[in-house]
Amino acid sequence: MKKEFKVIAELLPNNIRVLDVGCGDGSLMDLLIKEKNIEARGLEIKEEYVKKCIYKGLSVIEGNAETELNQFPDQSFDYVILSQTLQAFYSPERVLKDLLRVGKCAIVSIPNFGYWKVRTSLLFFGKMPVTKTLPYSWHNTPNLHMCTIKDMYNFCAEKDIKIDKILGLNGDRTSQIKKNNLEIKNLFSKIGIFVLS
Amino acid sequence: MENIKKLNISKSLLLDCKQTVKDFPLAYETYGKLNENKDNAILVFHALTGDQFVTGLNPITKKEGWWGTAVGPGKAIDTDKYFVICANVIGGCMGSWGPKEVDKKTNEPYGLSFPVITIRDIVRAQETLLDYLGVEKLLCATGGSMGGMQTLQFCATFPNRTYSAMPIACSTSHSAQNIALNELARQAVMADPVWDKGKYIKKNVQPKNGLAVARMVGHISYLSEKGMQEKFGRKLQERGDYDFSFNADFQVESYLRHQGFAFVERFDANSILYITRAMDYFDLSRQYKGGLTEAFKNQQTKFLVISFSSDWLYTTKENKDTVIALNAAGTDVSFAEIKTDKGHDSFLVDEPEFLKTIKGFIDSMHIKFKNEKRI
Repeated sequence: MKKEFKVIAELLPNNIRVLDVGCGDGSLMDLLIKEKNIEARGLEIKEEYVKKCIYKGLSVIEGNAETELNQFPDQSFDYVILSQTLQAFYSPERVLKDLLRVGKCAIVSIPNFGYWKVRTSLLFFGKMPVTKTLPYSWHNTPNLHMCTIKDMYNFCAEKDIKIDKILGLNGDRTSQIKKNNLEIKNLFSKIGIFVLS
Repeated sequence: MENIKKLNISKSLLLDCKQTVKDFPLAYETYGKLNENKDNAILVFHALTGDQFVTGLNPITKKEGWWGTAVGPGKAIDTDKYFVICANVIGGCMGSWGPKEVDKKTNEPYGLSFPVITIRDIVRAQETLLDYLGVEKLLCATGGSMGGMQTLQFCATFPNRTYSAMPIACSTSHSAQNIALNELARQAVMADPVWDKGKYIKKNVQPKNGLAVARMVGHISYLSEKGMQEKFGRKLQERGDYDFSFNADFQVESYLRHQGFAFVERFDANSILYITRAMDYFDLSRQYKGGLTEAFKNQQTKFLVISFSSDWLYTTKENKDTVIALNAAGTDVSFAEIKTDKGHDSFLVDEPEFLKTIKGFIDSMHIKFKNEKRI
């Protein structure tokens, strides 16, 4: 189980309705149902993942989050989760707004392009960074809009999206990110988890 | 037809056309056994030209049941494990109350004096069968094409009578294109002079030519353009060159003729008129003031909607519209599109990805349903 999923599960109250956008093979949904008695639904674009979810008895809809979030009514979920996919959309802004239309709150995690190893890769080796959280090469990456925790922070402020909480993840360590430690956390977090409303 | 199980429906049923009927036969078949917990019953709804003989040898036609690819011992819907029920639709011709049955009032077959029935009438008649078989709550209700429409109708009319539902390759209302194709089939039957306004049935003949054409129309619509091209292309039928005639030179022609004329041996022409009409009249949103959202409200049933990428009769988009309606009503719904070239027919043929998906769904639903019953 990914540490990120455990952190997300801890952020959520029990007995709520959650939509997991890009739910993959359903591991997070499984965790939320078992540990938090959450009513979980998934949206997933990859056929083989959709089937894996169905075999597990999880509710999943095959579809593209970029164009098919409109099938969910306004505020029909307590939380909508988007784990490390925001950067892969053509229009992250539109998707983000849709997440907050469908859900009362959203949890959005991003691979942090401001992480020091990413920075040094470009600075010292002159190469596009390939790391555990960013395993792709420049030519085959699905990530169209890479950003840092600081970028996301500024973006939310600009678009009037309320940030309830930010967590930085580095391996097994989790830490809370606030305005006063943003610079340093932006350097040492591999993943940023934003709770938005 | 002595090999047919029949239930006499004695309670009266008010049809959508406002006619009331009672004491009519519903022919059905079951496979497997209902277990002690009664958590393993699956109701299968057949499509336009199907019947209650889902799998194994059909005792009337002596051919393999229409869904033998999916249902049977060790199959995706495993009859060693599940109790599968299927009834012949009313309006049909495999023993259920239909236009070829004898009207007790006149002692003659109904023909066109048979009332025009709807998908809702069909489903209401079948619910009685569940009571008779002692099934309080089904594990799953499923079917493809018109069977999928019945599945949706069943869930709307009898909320929570099934734990899960799997409508396959269908829609919540019949599209203009589908009505048009059905009209083509009906016109083919009615243009056959033997049909004689449905009275052929009293003379013990059958408008074979018209009915065969109707079936050919159907068979074209069940395949995809690509599938048809790959299967037949321009291949000639048992000859090296054109005949310079109107014989079935091409394999595709031969296929259609074969399908058409094999069909007339087992199906009643008036039944085709009545059942296609029931499909055309199907529009779930019309039955509820609040539209589809109201049709599916308060549903605990877990849905899996399945479409096929090359199906142009009930497209993925139409199936997705069903998903949107189910979502709007807040139901628990899953959706999968099976990527295949086999067109609308995909649910009837050996399509491994499809079969794996339905097996995965039903098996996982069974585990959940069992646990729920235990609590």
